[in-house]
Amino acid sequence: MTEPIIRVKNLDIGYGDKTVMSHLTFDVQKGDIFIIMGGSGCGKSTLLRTMIGLIPAQTGSIFIGDTDIVTASEKQKIEIMKNSGVLYQSGALFSSMSLAENVALPIQQYTNFSAAKIRDIVAFKLALVGLAGFEDYYPYEISGGMQKRAGLARALALDPQIVYFDEPSAGLDPISSKNLDDLILQINKSLGTTIIVVTHELPSIFAIGKNSIFLDSTLKTISAKGNPRQLLQNPPNKKVYEFLTRGDSYEKRAQ
Amino acid sequence: MINTETIKNTVVFRLSGHLDAESHKGFHVSEAELVQKHIRLINAGIQDWNTDFVMFLYKVLKKTPVENITAESLPEGMEQLLFLALQTPAKVTERSGRKEPFLDRVGGYALYLAERFGCGVDFIYQCLLSWRRQLRGKAVCRSKDFWMTLSECGPKALLIVSLISFMVGLILAFVGALQLKTFGAQIYVASLVTIGMTRIMGAIMTGIIMAGRTGASYAATIGTMQVNEELDALKTMGISRTDFLVLPRMNALLLSMPILVLLSDFMGILGGCFMCVLFWDIPLSEYIRYTIQSFNITNFLVGLFHGVVFGWVIALCGCYFGVHCGRNADSVGIATTQAVVYAIVWMIIMTGLITLACEGLGI
Repeated sequence: MTEPIIRVKNLDIGYGDKTVMSHLTFDVQKGDIFIIMGGSGCGKSTLLRTMIGLIPAQTGSIFIGDTDIVTASEKQKIEIMKNSGVLYQSGALFSSMSLAENVALPIQQYTNFSAAKIRDIVAFKLALVGLAGFEDYYPYEISGGMQKRAGLARALALDPQIVYFDEPSAGLDPISSKNLDDLILQINKSLGTTIIVVTHELPSIFAIGKNSIFLDSTLKTISAKGNPRQLLQNPPNKKVYEFLTRGDSYEKRAQ
Repeated sequence: MINTETIKNTVVFRLSGHLDAESHKGFHVSEAELVQKHIRLINAGIQDWNTDFVMFLYKVLKKTPVENITAESLPEGMEQLLFLALQTPAKVTERSGRKEPFLDRVGGYALYLAERFGCGVDFIYQCLLSWRRQLRGKAVCRSKDFWMTLSECGPKALLIVSLISFMVGLILAFVGALQLKTFGAQIYVASLVTIGMTRIMGAIMTGIIMAGRTGASYAATIGTMQVNEELDALKTMGISRTDFLVLPRMNALLLSMPILVLLSDFMGILGGCFMCVLFWDIPLSEYIRYTIQSFNITNFLVGLFHGVVFGWVIALCGCYFGVHCGRNADSVGIATTQAVVYAIVWMIIMTGLITLACEGLGI
């Protein structure tokens, strides 16, 4: 926990003229599991999409390593994205490609490995997410939870330093959701990957979160930072407490 | 470095030094040696390691049940990564690559074609039922959809239909005059263009343009709805998809096609006139006189009838392939292609049938 891997400073995000969130400043440490939480529609996903360079930031900077992704050239952006993986909300697997082809695509794109080596890497990544032997299946032949795990295998294909998760537990049953959380923890621990998760699922937040920010939709900025468990014990404001307790009364909380 | 030794029922792997993609070069252990054995992984002085090496270990050990593997004081991340990969046994896929015999494939394809043909006939029947429901005022469909598709396949198609028909008239006049000139009968170009455009060319050109423009868009729209489960939503709401999706589209095309054919006829004759007056030195008044002389109301009505039939064919093909679209991105592309190809094929077949019928009726 020395040098932060991501430094966000005075960031304003939004679409066109409309600003969704402003004055966002936070650091993500290397090897952290960092939660971006907040109510539905508050701009969590917009923040994520800005951080991975899908939509431009309005002002401010996002340093990933030493490069500011806001002002980076297309070439630099590709370099940054080679070192990060993204798991999209619905998996976003290419439906006309088998799981093996999906996972192999970024490897083929960015390395000169032989076909045999790529096959080994793909088999290993699929095994990591518990899908060993599913190489020849197509996305529509497997369940939603498996699609997410396959998406994770694809996100991990290039051994990224940072993996972003957009609502990982959306649409999963509690057990699958827990298994995915365990997988996130295991990958974080064994590979030392920095993990950034956008979610509003309380069980996930408490199970995996080491650090977090809370986006407040009325203040349009960050209203709390820190470990989610500690935020629950010492709530900095009413909204965070209500969010973390599914709407318990802030005034009546146990003294 | 990696060393193995077999002691009775146990294979011991001693790992030491730098472990990376290079460190297992020359090391080989056959699957037979590991069958029914316990595996012990021993840290004999590992300095560092990377995922390439774990990948190699996984490849060697993946057939061994995870409970038969013990790891002793391996670096923390390495042990976890290896067991994370090994924890779920590989699924054995029983997909055979066996090729079907030739006759099986031919028979299977024939059955498939028969089934598809049955589906198509059923679809047409459903559409006719929807029509009947609409005439009785019982069909669930939104008039807004109808007006939207009508504007899409009517006014917005005017320009392209005009342009193409004008060019076709132009070409018809040029090629016709080239041949008729040898008989000194250039003036009959006017009759050629008029009869050709009104009887069939206007309808065919409009049909092909609309198949590519509107038929494809119907297939893509409805196909995407299928991918997004919107068609399932309609079904569970008890709304007939032919009522809700096909009727407005079919009616819009049936209404706009004759008008477009009319426009196409006119633009084609205009194109012929343009060519004759400017390039073949036929006086404008002569051209108009011959055009009026050879204009035949029966031909014109047969042309419009073609247009209506083509509109029906295009709407049916577009909607049918959209509704029977698969569930992934690729299948929308396939549905669109098929919609256009089948629409054009069926238009040609219909032209043949109508021509035969006209011949029989003496029109």
